[in-house]
Formats: sequence, C-alpha cells, structure tokens
Amino acid sequence: MPGLGADMVTGALVEWKVKPGDRVKRGDIIAVVDTDKAAIEIEVFEDGIVEDLRVQPGQTVPVGTVMAIIRTEAVPFAAEIAAAKEEKVLVEGTRKIMEIEAPPLAEVVIPSRQPLAGRAGRIKASPYARRLAAEHSIDLGALRGTGPQGEIYASDVESAVSAAGQESSKEAGGAPTEEPVPLVTKEKLPPTSPIAGKPAATDYQAAIRRAIAAAMARSNREIPHYYLQTRIDMSRTLHWLESENLKRSIKERILLAVPLIKAVALALGEVPELNGYWIDDRHQVQESINIGFAISLRQGGLITPAILGPDLMSVDELMEALKDLITRTRAGRLRSSEMTEATITVTSLGDFGVETVYGVIYPPQVALVGFGKVMEQPWAENGLLGARPVVTATLAGDHRATDGRRGAQFLDALNRRLQEPSKL
Amino acid sequence: MSNGMEHMRKLTYREAVREAMRDALRKDERVFLMGEDVGRYGGCFAVSKGLIEEFGPERIRDTPLCESTFVGAGIGAALGGMRPIVEIMTVNFSLLAADQILNNTATYLHMSGGLFNVPLIIRMATGGGRQLAAQHSHCLSGWYAHIPGIKVLTPATVEDARGMLWTALDDPDPVLIFENSGLYNMEGFLPIDAGPVDIDSARVRRAGKDLTIISYSASLFKALDAAETLSKEGIEAEVIDLRTLRPLDERTFLDSAARTHRVLIVDEGWRSGSISAEVSARIMEKAFFELDAAVERICSAEVPMPYAKHLEEAALPRMEKIIEVVRKMVRSHG
Repeated sequence: MPGLGADMVTGALVEWKVKPGDRVKRGDIIAVVDTDKAAIEIEVFEDGIVEDLRVQPGQTVPVGTVMAIIRTEAVPFAAEIAAAKEEKVLVEGTRKIMEIEAPPLAEVVIPSRQPLAGRAGRIKASPYARRLAAEHSIDLGALRGTGPQGEIYASDVESAVSAAGQESSKEAGGAPTEEPVPLVTKEKLPPTSPIAGKPAATDYQAAIRRAIAAAMARSNREIPHYYLQTRIDMSRTLHWLESENLKRSIKERILLAVPLIKAVALALGEVPELNGYWIDDRHQVQESINIGFAISLRQGGLITPAILGPDLMSVDELMEALKDLITRTRAGRLRSSEMTEATITVTSLGDFGVETVYGVIYPPQVALVGFGKVMEQPWAENGLLGARPVVTATLAGDHRATDGRRGAQFLDALNRRLQEPSKL
Repeated sequence: MSNGMEHMRKLTYREAVREAMRDALRKDERVFLMGEDVGRYGGCFAVSKGLIEEFGPERIRDTPLCESTFVGAGIGAALGGMRPIVEIMTVNFSLLAADQILNNTATYLHMSGGLFNVPLIIRMATGGGRQLAAQHSHCLSGWYAHIPGIKVLTPATVEDARGMLWTALDDPDPVLIFENSGLYNMEGFLPIDAGPVDIDSARVRRAGKDLTIISYSASLFKALDAAETLSKEGIEAEVIDLRTLRPLDERTFLDSAARTHRVLIVDEGWRSGSISAEVSARIMEKAFFELDAAVERICSAEVPMPYAKHLEEAALPRMEKIIEVVRKMVRSHG
C-alpha cells in the first residue's frame, strides 16, 4: 500500500485492475485504492508478471503492506538458488576448519541469525536504503530486495534509480539524468466514470477535513513560514491570452491558470531551491518540477494533485493536462504519482474575489505560490498613471530551506515571465 | 617510502614503551615507576629492563605483591604532587586494586569538589593468545572504559606505545594504559625524533570504501591483515583504530560509517556489555540512516580463556573469521 500523502495511514483496496499471470509494465495502472481523500489509481513501477494478489477488494490495510507480488523478469529463481548454495558451502567450509581447530566452540563462534518474530509483509529495507529511496522518491514497496530474505539494500535502490533514469531519458529522448524524471503521462484516459464496486459511502468530507487538518497542523507546527508579495501587471499576459484564444475553438481555450502555472514553472527553473522538500532536517531540491494545483471539490475540501513537468509542456498541452486533472480530481480518479510527487503548490483564489493569498505550505514541500484576483488598479509607470489589470502574487516560503532573498528572486522571475507571455 | 626511511628506526613495542618511560623519567623528576618486579627483575615482560640501573631504586621502585597497596600509594603520591607511573602486571590483577581505581582514583576530583585531581598513570598488560590461561589472559580494557573519571588508552602501534605516555602524564587526571602483551615483541618503524601523540582521537589506519572495521589494540592487526586479503578480492575495508576507549572519539567512526554504510567491530573483550556494544549502539543512535546492514561484531568467545593453544586461538577473534564475516556483509545481497 503506497503512501499517497504526508498523513495517509491506511488505504482501502477498491479493485484490482490485474490478475495473477498478467504481464505489467512500468506506468500501468494495476489497482484503485480509496484513501481519506479520494480514490486513487495505483501505478506499477516495475515491469514483470503478477504473481500473487495478497489484499482483497474492500480490505483496508496500513501503508507499507505488501499488496501484490510482481516477479520482475530480471531476477529468476535460479540466481537465488545459486546464492543459497554458495552460502551453504561457505558455512560448511568454515565448519570444517573449526572442526580441526576447536570442535566444541564451533557453534559458539558462528552465531546463527534466526528470523525474529515480526509483522508479516513489512518492507524490510536498510535504513540507508530508506533514506536513498526517500531522496529519490522511489517507492520501496515496488522494489524487490536482493537480500537473503528479500531485504532491500541501498544497492537495490540505486539500481532502481538508475533504471528509472534510463527509462525516462529514453522516453524523453534527452540526455541521461541521475534523477528519475517523472514524465507527463501521454496516453489518453478512458472517459471518467464513477468507480465501480466502490465501498459504501465513506464520509469523505470528514476524512478530507481530517487529512487537511493533519497536514496543515503539521505545517504550522513545523514550518517557519515567511511571506513575500508583489503586484504584477497582467496587461501583457491578458492581451496575449485574448489573442491566443481568438485562434482557438471554445473547447480549446486557454484559462488564465495556464500562463500562471507555466510562469511559476519557468521561474522555478531560475530559482530551483523553492522546488523540493524538507525531509530529515535536510533541504532536498528536486530536479523535476511538479506543480501541485489546489482544486476545490464540489462536496467541500480541496485536493492538490500535481501537474507533472509543466515546464516541459506547451501551453496547449498544459491546458489539456489541467482540464484532465480537474475532471479526474472531481471524479475521484487520480493517479498515485499525481498525489505524491508535487514539489511545490500553486493556489489561485482569484475566482472568489480574494485579493491576496497567504498560503500554508503543504509539507514536505518548501514553498507555496498564491495568486489573487486580477483587478483593475491604478498603476504608475514612466511617470504616467493608468489603469492596469493587476494580480497580487504571494510566496509562502519555508525559512528552513530558503531565505527571503531567494524568494524575492523567484517573484521577480515570475513577474518577468508574465511580461513576456509569448515565451511561455 | 625509501626516502623517508633514513629518518626511521626499527624497534619493538616493548622498547617503545621503555623509551617513553625513560624519556619521561629524564624530562620530569616528579615521574617515577612503581610495581611488582619492575626494578631488579626488569619487569615481568622485561619492559622496564635497565631502568633501575639508569635511574636508581628511588625512582624505579619494586613493591610488595599487593596491588591495592601500591595503587593506593600511587594515588597518594599523585595527590602529593608527583607524577607516578604504576605498573600492574596484568589487568587480571588490577581487580585486586579495583577499589582504589574505581572508588578513589576515578572519584577524588568529584568528591573533593574539584580540589584534588589525581595525575596518576596506571600501565598494565592485557589480552590473551600466549597460553597463560583463564586468570592471566583477559581483555578488560573495555570494562574499565565503563567508568567516568578515568581515561582508557589502548596503544596498538609502536608509535602510540612511544607517544601516548607523555601526553597521559601531562593530563591532570588519572589515565589507564593497556598494553596488549602479545604486542611487546612486535616490531615497527618510528621516526628518529618521534614524540608525544594525542590521546583523544581514533585513527583511520587503512582507507576503504566498502565496509568499516573498527578495532583497537592487538585485534587491529588482525583487521588490517584481513583487509589486505579482502583487497585482493576487490573488497576495500576501512580499518579504524579506536586508540582511546574513554573518551571515545565517535566522530571518526561515525564519519567512516557514513562513507561505507557497513560496520564490523572486532573486539578482544567478551561480547556482552563490551566496548564493541557501546560503539555499535552509538552508530545505531547517531548514524542510523547511514547503515545499509546491521552492525556486526566479532568478539572473544564468552568463556574463561582456554589454556589449550587451539582452543585459545578459536576463542579469540581470528583473521579468517573477520574475512568470512566481511564477505558475507558485503556480498549478502549482490
């Protein structure tokens, strides 16, 4: 059971999308899981064959529970058998030496490590492997450890990291990178539909409130926020948007959120420190930019699923992705990566007439960008006073990770990007 | 290497300890040596041989066979302004003076509200491997490292045997020096002008990237030999010499653990409640997220030291065992 949010403790399996014997490849959706917030589609991180499904639909299990066994093709049984044999030979060889030297002590000198009684199904990973996995956003549950009892070591995580790096660079056709780059999912989703076999009405609103309460309480408890705000002249962007939309059919029209998100993504390219996490007392800047976009739900509450890699998308692709994301969020059909991989959050409350947003950072992220309403305001420029559409952009920054100076540079970059909308 | 060697000379660990004492006796007239058979007999391990001829019976004093008495006398002399070096034949006999060491030496500074410090050096032989059986072969340095108020030094190299004594004599508080009797005949090279060395840091004796072996005293050389063999198989072990068991220089071994992510501790003491247990616990407490495998330990078998040669060898940490455990730790998953 993957952790699909900072405060997720358990998840309920709604349905399996695969059965034993099915061949799966990285990125396939294999299950639907109900969390406190929404029903989430679970992606698989490895290519392989489904060997065993261990959790039944309807069952609620703690995060970290093994839900299914997928046998990767790279690791046949033969390797394990050979390894076991080698170990046996080693022990026997030692025994022989010991027998010549000191028969009575042989048993004492070679302590046998008996398995301890523990919770079955727990992921056994070394502390260092866990740290590496967290740093590289690798899901340990999707890894197969090479230890004698399937324990996951750092080398297993490292090979998963390099495998992910290879795969994504292959797909992107770009230079190989060390970090896994989560890619924008290209394939079209099936039309949204209510989840089949969904368990009887969960009290979603209460659950969502609890999840928000936990995350926000943790944020205000742990994160020393600093706030910066700036007023941005939106006349160029709005003008550009208007002329762009004239070229498009109603269905294809671009919303203001698109240039805002794109400008944030490009500004983050200039000030990467704001794009990342604060975990284990360390600032962990992320290479890929995944923007969590606050989407309010009709039944109340909000979810901030991630738009993966907006910096790499064209304006139209971004609009498509945003529309898709909003539809699926409201239908409760989000993917696990969209729930877990946001590296920063953008919240726009302009539609509701709010002028300025003072955001609360979503841990473990280190920044939140807020946009208020675009309003006509008096604006002095070059000694002339005029009326301009103006938006107030705010930055809530985690002072452990960055200082006001970097935050100011970000807002400056954001402003510059919005003055050159054609380059978005 | 050959360039530096003309400034080097070869000597045994025994000679290095003797030279350190001779140097101290010459430099500071408050220094004197006291213990069983240290004078006319030259010391039961011949460490103080020749010193009585050079410094006379006033400063190289034979004592009755009563550890409690002469350690107590050493405390008194130290309180009175002298810089005594008390030799106890082996750590096993130091237990007869345990009351003096624990209840007096280690506590006076505290009990006197900081008025009386005890600048006393107690040297003793320790360790097994010489077929001296269960009452003369134990390694209790880790056991003494349990006690606050004293420093515990375990010089392994000729350089430390030569250099730690003077620094210890400079220390205002009691210092215990454990000389592993198996090392006395070991030869090593020392710069001609070798002098004092620090007594509060561990040393990386061999750099490596795959695993850290932490050891001290005579076991250090088993670890280094094992590391050489393992190197031929492509496993590069880092070897750390703790040098001082109290206070522990944890920075050095924590840093090393953070580099290699795997740690094996080789300790001649018994496993339960040993210094290796302490080192292991600190790594777990302070470098938990650096560990890619459980910390392993190779200690002496938990039996009174056997007399029979093959049994004694089997009871002590052995190089072959170190190699075997390291292989398992490094290759268990790959």
